[in-house]
Amino acid sequence: MSVSSWGFPFGYLDSSGPRAAQIVPLTWFTLAVSVVVCIVVGVLLWHGIRRRRAAASTDMRSIPIETGGSGMRWISVGLMISAVPLATTLVWTMVTLAAVAGPPKHPGLVIDVTGRQFWWEVQYNGDQPSDGFTTANEIHIPVGVPVLVRLHGGDVIHSFWVPKLSGKTDAIPGQTNLSWMQANQPGRYMGECSEFCGFQHAHMQFEVVAESPTEFAAWRAAQLQPANSPTTPAQERGMKFVEYRCGLCHQVRGTLAGAVNAPDLTHLLSRRTLAAGTLPNNAGNLAAWIEEPQVKKPGSKMPAQLLTASQLSDTVAYLETLK
Amino acid sequence: MSQPEFRTPDIGIDSVEHQARLLRLWETAPGIRGFFSSVDHKDIGIRYIVTAFVFLALGGIEALVMRLQLAGPNRSLLTPDQYNQLFSTHGMTMIFLYAAPILSGFSNYLWPLLLGSRDMAFPRLNALSYWIYLAAGLFLYAGFLTGNGPNDGWFNYVPNAARDYNPGLNQDFYALGMVLLGISTTVGAANFVVTAFRTRAPGMSINRMPIMIWGTLTASVANILVVPAVSLAFFMLWLDRQFGTQFFDPAGGGQPMMWQHLFWIFGHPWVYAIVLPAMGMVSDGLPVFCRRPLVGFSLVALSTVATMIFGFGVWVHHMFATGLPGLGLSFFSAASIAITIPSAVAVFAWLGTIWLGRPVITTAFLFFASMVLLFVIGGVSGFMTASVPVDWQLTDTYFVVAHLHYVLIGINVFPVVGATYFWFPKMTGRFMNETLGRWNFWTMFAGFNLCFLPMHLTGLLGMPRRVYTYNNYPGWGALNLLTSIGAFVFACGVLLFFINVLKSARTGALAGKNPWDAPSLEWSVPSPPPAYNFSIIPTVASRHPLWEDRLGDHGIVSSLDRGMLLDTHREALASTPLDATPDMILEMPQDSFAPVLLVLGLSVIFIGLLLKVWVAAGAGAVIVIAALISWMWPRRSLLQREPIHG
Repeated sequence: MSVSSWGFPFGYLDSSGPRAAQIVPLTWFTLAVSVVVCIVVGVLLWHGIRRRRAAASTDMRSIPIETGGSGMRWISVGLMISAVPLATTLVWTMVTLAAVAGPPKHPGLVIDVTGRQFWWEVQYNGDQPSDGFTTANEIHIPVGVPVLVRLHGGDVIHSFWVPKLSGKTDAIPGQTNLSWMQANQPGRYMGECSEFCGFQHAHMQFEVVAESPTEFAAWRAAQLQPANSPTTPAQERGMKFVEYRCGLCHQVRGTLAGAVNAPDLTHLLSRRTLAAGTLPNNAGNLAAWIEEPQVKKPGSKMPAQLLTASQLSDTVAYLETLK
Repeated sequence: MSQPEFRTPDIGIDSVEHQARLLRLWETAPGIRGFFSSVDHKDIGIRYIVTAFVFLALGGIEALVMRLQLAGPNRSLLTPDQYNQLFSTHGMTMIFLYAAPILSGFSNYLWPLLLGSRDMAFPRLNALSYWIYLAAGLFLYAGFLTGNGPNDGWFNYVPNAARDYNPGLNQDFYALGMVLLGISTTVGAANFVVTAFRTRAPGMSINRMPIMIWGTLTASVANILVVPAVSLAFFMLWLDRQFGTQFFDPAGGGQPMMWQHLFWIFGHPWVYAIVLPAMGMVSDGLPVFCRRPLVGFSLVALSTVATMIFGFGVWVHHMFATGLPGLGLSFFSAASIAITIPSAVAVFAWLGTIWLGRPVITTAFLFFASMVLLFVIGGVSGFMTASVPVDWQLTDTYFVVAHLHYVLIGINVFPVVGATYFWFPKMTGRFMNETLGRWNFWTMFAGFNLCFLPMHLTGLLGMPRRVYTYNNYPGWGALNLLTSIGAFVFACGVLLFFINVLKSARTGALAGKNPWDAPSLEWSVPSPPPAYNFSIIPTVASRHPLWEDRLGDHGIVSSLDRGMLLDTHREALASTPLDATPDMILEMPQDSFAPVLLVLGLSVIFIGLLLKVWVAAGAGAVIVIAALISWMWPRRSLLQREPIHG
């Protein structure tokens, strides 16, 4: 069952990778058992009430007290029947747990993901320090290999969840939790924070972009590049502004903007959304976001910038070069 | 005066003079004086019930406001801050200020009547427990009303609750309020435990106790064991916030996970504490309308206790996604699956009772019987989340919200409303209106299922909990609209219930002693019961004292008309814990202002601590000490006496 056949981007009754896939049949099984149990009990209840009910509005005293039958067979037979799905689930749970808990022995890629109010920092490491880079809210992985995700809590507790690929694992300050995922086929898979983390828990999404190994290598090489240089005067002015204003929190590699408290902007335009899934990433939204972050995402850590019209257009002009 | 510690109680039969004598001894003074000094368990029980229903209404209104916000995608009725305070206050209100106190209320009112006793073991402690509950509720709501409500969920995870991320007074209100409320829960629980083991009527051996006693007793033992964990956690949180300790701060070697363990080792047993007494209501009430004794009585009683024992070993299932090692997870997963067994015992016992009985369909019966189905729906979704890998997908989605509401509304609210229809005639002497009752039931039942059944699907489609808004992903908008409509229908049903209560209290048909022809002791006294409950201490010979003539066990006859008179002071009888043989005459305290004074002092202390006005805290402590001295002052009249075998 593929993503498209269901069309629910956060649904997990189907899957797109082996970790999530092993859970799907168990989920369906427990769901089916649950539905059957409810129906059986419902029918027993309905029929039990109707078959011998006393005429309405009778004086209760006129109905004799039933003394026949201890009814213990209801309990003994009921428990015996219940034991079968319970034992099955127990064994199946343990087998599945062993299979999916991981972490994988030979991951094809290791990334560090840090949950922050209210966005995701994603760090790729290489053999050399110069092979590593940081990005945000969009995780690229090669298809067909297990990816180990080391989870860190940057401030409060968040939870990392990609329904189609992997169940939830919390990102907790002071400890490193391990999760893993693997995608069978190229595609974009939605992820979101699933532990309440404050004002904007609702807007803390991310995407996992699974690509062929060649595409992934190309993406990685592009991300390693420093930011493009400005070419027009407006872009030039915009870069200066980004360096001394945005650079208080953000990083644009290759410029003087070097802080790491907010999403890395070096290749901002390569990402599909702004502010962790809050807005589609386009020039209009970019300007709107810079002007009114507290309107689009009230409580986010980005302050309103109160720029003049020319400052804003210069800034956007420069940011649009960050492909 | 030579040996006041020994006396043989008089045995006799009831008479008008005897009742008049008892009434003089037991009646609470009228007016405001009596209001603040009463230690009558029936007064206290009704107060608990009324207060808890007020909080139910408040929590319900909060939920409706949230459902307006969530009725469609990207709505902006509420700011994130308002939404977060609303959902946190809703959880706090329903779990701490409604679900547990409502059961304490029913248990307070009913226990001595079910047990054949004249009051709870510690009447003043009982009053104290209520006044603290009220004070804690007002304290917590003072925070909410001044914009300082809890804003990190009822579970209140750190570090989001720590001062760095939560600088306002919100968390201080919540932390101190919960410590205060914990005192109420603890003293109340201690009172129930002693009452169950010490004040049963002669002959009510432990195997003859009604299931509701088992439910509240089990819940009370659990509360005594687990409330300290959460009180400690909230106290440490307050220290972290105000005095720079670092219990939960990883920067100082603290552990955010410690909060979760302390919270859930309390939180999960607490869930059972707020359903087991309600399950007891159904186990005792349903058979009355099925016209037969409960199927598997002893097994149901034992499974109540077994549920709680398992319940101590499942708290980690709230923490499956926190990165704990697989071996530990598999243990808690297995325990969480196994806890289904004792719950299933109760379900099959109820089904068997209905099948082997002759159901009389009253509103109370409908609430009790429908609870069986809601219990099962809430149970099977809990069974799904017990499987660790499945839970890694389900947890923190709306699936869990659906699950917990089936548990808490299905196994608490429905039985409680049914219990109100059932025991209202005992409490007021009047029936509740049955026609309005049917409307009440079907509106609540339809609204509830319309609200929460689709929510399972919302969760399966991946919508996370605790979000103040959402994008219109496929299915989410329509399902949420259904849920919002259902929520308002459900609220109309609850409103019909309140209307029925208010109307029937004044105009309901008169009920008499035993309108349902029920088998237990509370139905042997007038409705409403006199201040002293039983004019004659009954002697019990079976589980169903009022059905003995019809159950066919010849020779088993409880003595309800002839027994100990105990009419020289406020006196009750203490019996032995297992066999309930008479053991001692308990001298019961007079009405007292000490509990309300003590709570006044405690409130001043907690307000002082909250605002860091140490002088106020000190003044509060002085009031508390004064109240305690007056309470504890030795009184010769309260010496307990050994009867018979002196």
